[in-house]
Parts: sequence; C-alpha cells; structure tokens
Amino acid sequence: MKGRKIFGGNTEGEVLATKDDISFYGGCDPETGVIVEKGHELEGQSISGKVLVFPTGKGSTVGSYVLYALSKAGKGPLAIINKSTDPIVAVGCIISDIPAVDQIDIEQLKTGQKVKIDADEGVVSII
Amino acid sequence: MGLQLTSEEREMLEGKHGKATKKAMDLIVNLGEIYGAERLIPISSVQIAGVSYHNLGEAGLEYLSDMAVDGKARVLTTLNPAGMDLEEWKKHGISEDFALNQQRVVDAFAKMGVITTCTCTPYLIGNLPHYGEHIAWAESSAVCYSNSVIGALTNREGGPSALAASLTGRTAEYGFHLQENRIAEVKYEIKTELKHTDDFGLLGQVIGERTRKKIPYITGIPQATTEELKSFCASIATYGGIAIFHMEGITPNRTDIPEDTEIVTQEDLNQARVTMDDKDAEIDFISIGCPHASIKEISQIAEMLKGKEVVEGKTVWITTARPTKDLAKKMGYYDTIEKAGAFLVSDACCAVAPLKGRFKGLMTDSAKACFYARGKNDFKTEIRTIEECIREATA
Repeated sequence: MKGRKIFGGNTEGEVLATKDDISFYGGCDPETGVIVEKGHELEGQSISGKVLVFPTGKGSTVGSYVLYALSKAGKGPLAIINKSTDPIVAVGCIISDIPAVDQIDIEQLKTGQKVKIDADEGVVSII
Repeated sequence: MGLQLTSEEREMLEGKHGKATKKAMDLIVNLGEIYGAERLIPISSVQIAGVSYHNLGEAGLEYLSDMAVDGKARVLTTLNPAGMDLEEWKKHGISEDFALNQQRVVDAFAKMGVITTCTCTPYLIGNLPHYGEHIAWAESSAVCYSNSVIGALTNREGGPSALAASLTGRTAEYGFHLQENRIAEVKYEIKTELKHTDDFGLLGQVIGERTRKKIPYITGIPQATTEELKSFCASIATYGGIAIFHMEGITPNRTDIPEDTEIVTQEDLNQARVTMDDKDAEIDFISIGCPHASIKEISQIAEMLKGKEVVEGKTVWITTARPTKDLAKKMGYYDTIEKAGAFLVSDACCAVAPLKGRFKGLMTDSAKACFYARGKNDFKTEIRTIEECIREATA
C-alpha cells in the first residue's frame, strides 16, 4: 500500500488497529502508553512497541507532547499509520522520530498482522 | 512545485541561526511539505500552548529546555495558562513540588524571550492581532476567536509548532492561512434568544457536535458581547474542533452564504444543558473564567460578592490573566472577592491545574470547563449563569 510520508524511517512490527480516532492528551496514559479513554475500542490496551493504526487524531493540542513523553520513556508506538494525519499527531511524530505514513486504506490492516513500513517512500507492506 | 524557501529560511534550516532555530525550521518545513504548502509566510504573533507542568511532564519540560539553550522568540509571543497562580499558588493548595516544576517551565520560556503572561485570552491583554494578519496560535478557544471574531489568520497550532513559529517568525502557508479554506459551508439559524455566557457555551456545544468540522454561518443572533463570544469560541472548539465560524452582523470575514441550513431551537439548548448537568452533582467547587475572565466580568462578580461570604465547604476560583488581576487589585475588586472568601486566581485555570481528587462537583458558566472537569478530573458538573454560580457559592 502506498501513502504519504509524514515522518521518515524504516521499521517492521505488529499492528494494533482501531476504527476510533485517538486523543493522546487525556486519552492515553503518558507513562505506560495504555489507552484510557472510556469507551474507546482500545481502552486498556498499550500502544507501546506497536504499529499503531487509527483514522486520525482528535482533541487537545497538547497531544504532541504525550507522544514525545512516551518515546523518551521507550513506551512509544513503533510507527503510526493513519487514514489522514492531523497536525497534532504529525508534530508528535516529527519531534519524537516516529516513522509515520498516512493516506492508507487502513481497513485492510488488522490487529496482530505483521507489517513492514518504509515511511520515506510512504509504503506499507503486509508480511 | 514543492515548498520553496527564501535564503534566510534555508540558512535557518542549515543551522546558521543556531540549533533551536534549526530544529524549529525543520518542524515547520516538515509540516509545510506534509500539508502541501508552496511557501512559508512571516507571522507577527504567537500564542503557545503546553505550559502547565501537569500536561507537559518531565519529557515536555526537557524538550523546552533543549530549545531554550539558544532559541529566541522573533515575534510577540505569549503563553497559555500554567497549572497554578505563579505568585499565590500556596494559598490555593498547590504542592511545593508542583510549584517548583511549574516555575522551571515558565523560566525556560522566559529564557527564550517569551512573555510569561499565562492566559488563554491573549487578545484581552495586549497580544491582539488585527484583521487580515497572519499569526500562529495554539489554544483552541483563542484560535477560534482570532480567526472568527478578529479576522486574523491561523491554523490550530500545537505546543511545539507554535514555539517553532515563534523562534523562526514563520509558518507554512496551508489550511486557514488560505482564503479558500475559510468559507462557510453550512448555515445555522438560531431560533431562540441567548441571554448569558452559559447560553453561548451551550450553543457552541450544539453546533460543534452537529457540524462535523464544516464551517458554520450563524444567523439570528442580534448582538453578542466579547465575553459571550469567548464563551462560544471555547465551546465550539472543544466540542467540534472548529477553528473558524461566521456570525451574521458580528464577525468581519467575507464569505459566501451556504444554502444548506440547520435550525437551532431552545429545545436543542435545553438538551445540551441536560448533557452537562449531572443530577446527583454535589457542588463543592465553583469556577468562573474559562476562558479567562475579563475585567468587566471581574467587576460584576466583585459587585455580586460585596458583603457576602462563601459558605463553608465550597471553594471559588475566578481565573484570569495576571495583568487583569493587577488591574482588579488597583480597582479594589480583588479585595472584595478575596474578603468574601473566593479566590481571584491568575495564570491558571480549573482545566489545567492539578485538581483531581480535590473536589466532587463543579458549577461553572463554561461549557468547555464542564468537558475538562468531567474528562480529566472526574468531577460532576452543572452549567449555570455567573449570577447563579455566585449565588450557589454564597447561599
């Protein structure tokens, strides 16, 4: 699948996918990476070390710092794949060196799948 | 075509203006490339979010400290609220630890030449752009106010991108900096009378949730005060992520008038009120000033509190910007408010201060405050007029 580079880098890992948008500020614990938003499809699950797949970001502009805090603590997602990346998540990826790609048909990506990401080229492949 | 840079911008990107400026320019160029900008544009005013230590944490503070090593603000730059009143924090029950860390955040910004007035209403204290001016603001309510009410042009910046704009004096030209992205898409006819700030907050919730990011053109509001508009902006940004709206006869931007029409009735506002009113709320916290109270609101509140006393077991925070608090001191409003047992808190607000666990139920005139009180602090909430809030505090 070919999309748009948000922030470059190569990696491969396991998908954690959701149909719900994510608010990192208030919706994700900045120390553990666990999604804490009530009623969220991923509530109680950790995004640490996963290829996190979600439609787009929502909520407060402080969200970029949550991604940064997670990465500094080694609890960040391995990569991010969006339908459409909003500026808050984009800034979070850029300052935290998280490879990210958007304009991907994310419905084809399922939790547990192994994927390879070449973010510089905007390419996501299912292994 | 791709993004074109001037020679000065290229120099910043190459690190000739220091490390922080390089990092800042890198971020702006990245965003410009992602969102298809053809060039960067100079901006003249910045508002930075991500100031409360409660929100930033140690990692966020580290990021700021790195930038502060050689970064300098190039344009007028002000700050969002911090987690505490920077002077009177002790009497508001803030811990020494928190105060120390909060001060480190503010010091890092001060080192960069940022004006450390911590407020969500920079337009009330001197960071006031004019119509048509390109700016880079974070703080969703102020973004909405500046785009819609003032007619300046800004995207919804995040903390790091607003700081980057300040250190470079630039932003990438995309989104709301382009006229074609500011045109109304759906018309809302308001078929009821809005009386107070809380009504405007309820209307913000109704339109925000209904409009799904489509730019509203609002009719049927004969007049609105600055205070009512700031309440509306905060609410529509919180509940709808809206960065710009048009209000017939009130806001200055040019737009086509959309055909697609929605009606808003009193019943819709009542419904919104029901969603913010918890039946079993036990009110022990009353907060006014989200967004920060104007001097007019403070003078009215002082008048209401004259000779009254806040009842035991209730805490009252009137939150505002420091210059407004200083003015309130000169005018005697501060003494009246504090003598009644309420607090005039500057620099902070009930949404970003570390208040979780301290209260059970919040009464406020702000729809935005209700959202954060529930989501972040697990408080129950009730939304009322300012007058009713003060009556609840002193009854």
